[in-house]
Amino acid sequence: MKTAIAAPQIKTAPPELEVINLTKRFGSFTALDQVSIKVTPGSFHALLGENGAGKSTLVKCIMGFYTPTSGEVLVDRQSRAIDSPKDAHHFGLGMVYQHFTSVPAMTVAENLVLSRYDSPQWINWKTEYDRLDAFMATSPFQIDLRTPIAQLAAGQKQKLEILKQLYLNSRVLILDEPTSVLTPDEADEVLGLLREEVTAGHLSVLMISHKFREVMAFTDEVTVLRKGKLAGHGYVRDLTVDDMAHMMLGEKTEATPVEKVAIADSQPVLELKDLCADRDNGLPAVCSANLIVNSGEIVGIAGVSGNGQRELVEVLAGQRPRHSGDILVNGEPYQSTRKEMARHQVYTLPEEPLRNACVPHMSVAENMALRTFDCPPQARRGWLLSLRNIRRMAEGLVKVFSVKTPSVDTPVGHLSGGNVQRTVLARELSSTNINLLIAANPCFGLDFSAVDYIHSQILAARNRGVAVLLVSEDLDELLKLSDRIVVISGGELVYESPTAAADIKTLGHKMAGH
Amino acid sequence: MSDRWRSLLEKICIPIGALLAALVIFGLFCALAGANPLGVYYSIYRAAFGSWSSFQNTLIQASPLMLSALCTALPARLGLVIIGNEGALVLGGLAAVAGGLTLGGWGLPTPGVQLGMALAGMAAGGIWIAIVGALRHYRAVNETISSLLMNYIAIALLNHMVNGPMKDPSSLNKPSSYPLPEMHMLGNLPGSRVHYGLVLGLVACGLAYFLIQRTTFGFAARTAGGNVRAARVAGLPVGKLTLAICFLGGACAGLAGMVEVAAVHGRANESLNANYGYGGVLVAFIARHNPIAASLVALLLGGILASGGILQRSHGLPDATVMVFQGIVFLSVLYSDSLYGRLPIFKERGVQPSPPMATATPV
Repeated sequence: MKTAIAAPQIKTAPPELEVINLTKRFGSFTALDQVSIKVTPGSFHALLGENGAGKSTLVKCIMGFYTPTSGEVLVDRQSRAIDSPKDAHHFGLGMVYQHFTSVPAMTVAENLVLSRYDSPQWINWKTEYDRLDAFMATSPFQIDLRTPIAQLAAGQKQKLEILKQLYLNSRVLILDEPTSVLTPDEADEVLGLLREEVTAGHLSVLMISHKFREVMAFTDEVTVLRKGKLAGHGYVRDLTVDDMAHMMLGEKTEATPVEKVAIADSQPVLELKDLCADRDNGLPAVCSANLIVNSGEIVGIAGVSGNGQRELVEVLAGQRPRHSGDILVNGEPYQSTRKEMARHQVYTLPEEPLRNACVPHMSVAENMALRTFDCPPQARRGWLLSLRNIRRMAEGLVKVFSVKTPSVDTPVGHLSGGNVQRTVLARELSSTNINLLIAANPCFGLDFSAVDYIHSQILAARNRGVAVLLVSEDLDELLKLSDRIVVISGGELVYESPTAAADIKTLGHKMAGH
Repeated sequence: MSDRWRSLLEKICIPIGALLAALVIFGLFCALAGANPLGVYYSIYRAAFGSWSSFQNTLIQASPLMLSALCTALPARLGLVIIGNEGALVLGGLAAVAGGLTLGGWGLPTPGVQLGMALAGMAAGGIWIAIVGALRHYRAVNETISSLLMNYIAIALLNHMVNGPMKDPSSLNKPSSYPLPEMHMLGNLPGSRVHYGLVLGLVACGLAYFLIQRTTFGFAARTAGGNVRAARVAGLPVGKLTLAICFLGGACAGLAGMVEVAAVHGRANESLNANYGYGGVLVAFIARHNPIAASLVALLLGGILASGGILQRSHGLPDATVMVFQGIVFLSVLYSDSLYGRLPIFKERGVQPSPPMATATPV
């Protein structure tokens, strides 16, 4: 593909990209169901949807990361077999990822040359620089070629990611939440420049986004996915934010009724006072969170992923040190030690249970004993394990919680996702006197029967008087289960409302950071 | 065949296969050096296990290996790769001599002196490796590198002590500490030349196995080693576990040092630094960090080490040839680690691994 580096580039019209009836299944889970989308040449197309709606899966199918279960990808009205990003590049498709993919220690020029699929074995830097200079002269944004990546600001790095695709002569750009790491000003600048390129007919753009503001300001068309299905499509000029929120979130003015028992004499169980926590990179993730969860109440935390909810759960679960602030459980300070967990009966259903709550190579029985292995009858005299009692307890739990496993000695990593979650559920919900349950995306990636089962278990716990903090990226789930909804955005708890009185549009606005 | 048996068979067959591969490569090396590989194999066998007399040599070599192997095997259950065995062993020996001379000077009876030496050696080795654990837990220093580098510090400390503060002026050729009185030395098992260190080694391996598999402490350590995020969710004190298990591992290596000075050398000098530490790392890896298996592997490696002299005498190979063999074994065992779960004959047929749901990353 020598043309990829020819300069000045020939600005032909971008090809037409069309996806017809695409279905993608992972095991029994259907991530995409008969989805069609068409990106007309020279248009700025937005792909909207909640978390887990299938947006990423769709673009990964287009780019050849995943093989679709059925359906076709058409480029210029011909069905194409795209098995890898390299094939996608051949058809002029290029993807810009949510996270930066440049080598920090190398310069802009080096990263651009590195990104080429036909990188030569021997690089003649003089001719490369001549070509790169010519390329920069015609590109929508300029970055100094000799600057190391580590010295670039986030906005410039994101520009470089886009430049990389232009340098590779990609004519249809797929952007996966390109502005999630940018400030609003940087986002406007980058999208504005792309918009100019699109208007000039040099590019088509398909952009995954959560942000209605950007969709309204910069895009022509919008396709909305909900739970793996096509939920709507239209021209942005014909639509309002409310229309799009409606398509994205569906008919949910009334939550699905579930049996809830009113709890008399409700006490505060969990209190957060000015809780702050940092991300892995040291930047603040949770800023001064204040929250009370009472017994017999489910408090739902809604938010777009990456707004601090993961860090919040990790602090409560004891996986992450807090920066400052207090956590009180039953009015006493709580440091997430094993002793405090046992005394206050605090249990956790973390997201990705295999990563956060199980030891994959240890057996189902051992994993089920993680909470109780140091108490009788599983431990004798406080230090000696009773392997027999550990097995016996696990065999009972496997029956009660219908975990499908060949035996309790099977390593838990060999079970399917739903059964791993059931194993954790059995461990965390089998205690008779739970006080506080912290659940994070407990149903992510599970099929409908497993979801129903987990919901009923969480509700049963609530009806027994357990205080539940439910963090979820699925608004349906929150509206169905919680008594109160709190919205987290940018690490702050920005909105709170009883679920019965919650207004879906307001929630959407608050989640989007308005 | 159940999963359990298949997995056990895999754990036995792969290390044996690695040893066989190492033997073949070593045979090629011997052939290049001008010796007959089959003859060399036979000599090693004869020197290690051929007669009761030679087998006693093997047992004498094996006991410090068993103890020092635990210094790698125990922390490995917590997911730490520690190779500071040599340093802990050397310091354990040094502390044991210091303790033995002091307590002996106070006129304690022999059992008291021996117990004091053992405790001193274990404390020194344990604290040495616990430092590595603390650096790892509190400052995120890579434990492999720090334990390796601390070996050099420990060896330098030994040389400093026997050349300076603890030097016996009568030891001229080989600077040493004052010798332990003969009556305080560890005796031999009845009817043999093998000292009581072998008993200590076997008991330590048995206890270590019991500790890891059958106690709540071992369960907590295995959990933290298998998935530290899950251990934190369960509220396990990961830092304390790290320090405790590093201390125990280091204590075993320190005990090996005590056995060497109290049963073999009788004094502390550079002979302590005899590669039993690195040998122990090798033993632990071949045994896949199983203490019971480590005691058997230590016998095998002890036999190989015991055959160094005979290779020199009968085949004209340098004394260091056994170190070459040890190195080849180590490499081939490390390589074999990558084969677990790859060989089709050991694959399970019952349960299919779960579909890759987690790969659908949230948008």
